[in-house]
Amino acid sequence: MAIQEYVLFKLDSEYYGIDIHNVETIEKIMPMTRVPYTRDFIKGVMNLRGNVVPVIDLRKRFKLREKEYDDNSRIIIAKLDEVTVGMIVDSSSEVIQLVEEDIDEAPSLKGTNEENFVKCIGKKNNLIIMIIDLYKALDINSIEKDL
Amino acid sequence: MDMNQYIDIFIEESKEHLQSMNQLLLKLEETTDDLSILNEIFRIAHTLKGMSSTMGYMKMAHLTHEMESVLQSIRNKEILVNVYIIDVLFECFDTLEEYVNELIKNGAEGDIDPKPLIEKLTGIMNNDYASTDISSIRDNENNDFKQTNNINIASKFSIELEEITRNAVNQARERDFNSFKIKVVLTHNCMLKSARAFIVFNTLEKFGEIIKSKPSAEEIEDEKFDSSFEIIFITKLDERTVAKEIQGISEIDEVIIGEIMAESSDDSVLKDKLVEEVAEYQVEDIEHSSIDTKGKKSKAKTSKTVRVDIDRLDNLMNLVSELIIIKTRLEDIEDSKLNTNMDDAVEYLERITTSLHDAVMKVRMVPIERVFNRFPRMVRDLSKELGKEINLYMTGEETEVDRTVIDEIGDPLIHLLRNSIDHGIEDPNIRERLNKPKAGNVFLRAYPDGNNVVIEVEDDGQGVAIEKVKNKAISKGLISKEVVENMNDHEIANLLFKPGFSTAERISDISGRGVGLDVVKTKIESLGGLVEVHSEANEGTKFIIRLPLTLAIIQALMVTIGEEKYALPLNSIKEITTIKSDSIRKVQNQEVVLFRNNTLPILRMNEILQVNEVTEDSDEMIIVVVKKGDKTAGLVVDNLIGQQEVVIKSLGKYLSGIKIIAGATILGNGQIALIVDPNSLF
Repeated sequence: MAIQEYVLFKLDSEYYGIDIHNVETIEKIMPMTRVPYTRDFIKGVMNLRGNVVPVIDLRKRFKLREKEYDDNSRIIIAKLDEVTVGMIVDSSSEVIQLVEEDIDEAPSLKGTNEENFVKCIGKKNNLIIMIIDLYKALDINSIEKDL
Repeated sequence: MDMNQYIDIFIEESKEHLQSMNQLLLKLEETTDDLSILNEIFRIAHTLKGMSSTMGYMKMAHLTHEMESVLQSIRNKEILVNVYIIDVLFECFDTLEEYVNELIKNGAEGDIDPKPLIEKLTGIMNNDYASTDISSIRDNENNDFKQTNNINIASKFSIELEEITRNAVNQARERDFNSFKIKVVLTHNCMLKSARAFIVFNTLEKFGEIIKSKPSAEEIEDEKFDSSFEIIFITKLDERTVAKEIQGISEIDEVIIGEIMAESSDDSVLKDKLVEEVAEYQVEDIEHSSIDTKGKKSKAKTSKTVRVDIDRLDNLMNLVSELIIIKTRLEDIEDSKLNTNMDDAVEYLERITTSLHDAVMKVRMVPIERVFNRFPRMVRDLSKELGKEINLYMTGEETEVDRTVIDEIGDPLIHLLRNSIDHGIEDPNIRERLNKPKAGNVFLRAYPDGNNVVIEVEDDGQGVAIEKVKNKAISKGLISKEVVENMNDHEIANLLFKPGFSTAERISDISGRGVGLDVVKTKIESLGGLVEVHSEANEGTKFIIRLPLTLAIIQALMVTIGEEKYALPLNSIKEITTIKSDSIRKVQNQEVVLFRNNTLPILRMNEILQVNEVTEDSDEMIIVVVKKGDKTAGLVVDNLIGQQEVVIKSLGKYLSGIKIIAGATILGNGQIALIVDPNSLF
């Protein structure tokens, strides 16, 4: 049976997961430089060992209320196709394994903010984990349209 | 043996070989009897044949083999070079190039059939097309004139058929034209000889084409001839009618006329065959084929070189960039501690990194010749296609630019050249009416200018039709009527670069497919360059492209705006000054100051860059005056930090499309500063 690994992270009290294949590294909060004329959830760019990487605030992206960054805050560096993006999350510390039967389809709820970004739901150890659709979370498609 | 590992080298080298063959053949077209050029082409063809058969590309090998045989015969003087042969050879080069392109795309030579070309080549070899025809003309030149009743025949014509005239005669014959040699003797008391001669020319040109005269037309015009002149004339008329026409002109003493008989009757079969092949080559082509590349005569020089993958160079470049960042960081530390030893060491490090940077940059520099090389051939083909005679003058091919620029600049230049030839240069008859030389001139120049390379494409054609552009821009809704009325001609001409603009009334194969010049502009801007057009009605059009020498490292002025640091490229900064804040005036919602007797628009960078902190207007404001072409603007900044070498890093795909930001750079302390693109502010 296929086992998939996901990087687990938290926003408020909810758990989310991203396919580990899309995750490059996880960093602590570091200084960022604001970039003008970008969408509000883009916090700026950071220096990741000599590379300039854009960073988005996932709380803002998911339209959650903003929160000061603290010692637990992390930047998950995700890579999707040719695009590398950092995502600020409240905390992230573990990788979980899910088998197929742990995964349910995402309920198509209207009215909540994050429904578009959730690809499917994972269940493990009494946790409900929302697996993120990175294409939608990062809004990759709209970028490619701009190009 | 597995050949795949050699395929890249093969492709690269074949391309180079084809390029040089093209160039050499162009030269050969000008000076048909230069044996050294021929030898060089032969040598390259031979190498190419060897390479392709080793790699197992049999179609290429076969074709080059046949080419080689033809070249060999030319070398042995068994065949004389003529326009037809040169055209066939060019066709061969094109086909070979297609094979190579197919190789790049699919890794195999594809299924273009070389047969038709090979047949053409063997045709040249076997049916003795060139040799019999041309020699028969030669044999007949002096003695094969037919005698007619009322016209005196003198056996002595001094006018001679040259290669090119001979071909014209040949081809005229294929199309059932008659060719005559005509000797006109004017009466002794003729006062205005050149005027009389002019009338003769005019009369004849009503019925056909004068392809050569002796003395030359210029000499006749200057009355540099005795009492007679000779011409070679191609016409549908017969001998007698022609003679009558000339004799109808007064002050003509004698007309001697003879048909140029080019072939004996027994090779009429051969003739039929030839008609097919040559029919498409029109007589006019010969006149139009005088493409002039005033390049220096350079022999293929052999130098000790190493072929290096560009990726390795990029890697080296990256490392050097990192080194520069570290150096800057050391300089920052040095500021805080006063230590002379450290001072010296850092200074030394700086010198070395600078020379290292220069050295690596130089490795990446390639003479722009690489791009220019393919243009003479392109212009030649274009001029034939359009029936316009074009002289292409290229200068500054040795100007060096970064490799990345070389790869990108080709297409925009092709576009501009095509544009000049197709839209700029008028049709030959219009040019004559305008008293311009029949042949259009196109100039392609490159030269370094400070930290930039400038490339100019200039023609002496009709210039940009300002009114047409105006109307088009308005009708396409690109701009409002009121705005256009306030624009000067220069600004209107530059509307050509607006997306969706194309003034071509007829869509031609050459340009004007509606894509227009905005593609050129976009491309050049993506290279960090600028393009503008200068145009003078009936004088010509000039496109000026400005490109940065390097794309990776620039000199920048570091400034602060609010709390943030930004880099301004030094090459667009004109000067730095301070102004009193109360000297700012508002003109149509735009803040301006009077600076050196010019109005200077003031741009508040904190607003433009959406900096949140509101800085209070102090009495003195720091202004960085930036320029783009001949336009200037003053940028308000809060503080100056200093000049610094910065490594440009892209913001990446995710943040692409922010016009005002040219990229980012990493400062010595690891912080990222954005690089402002002042060009986007105009």
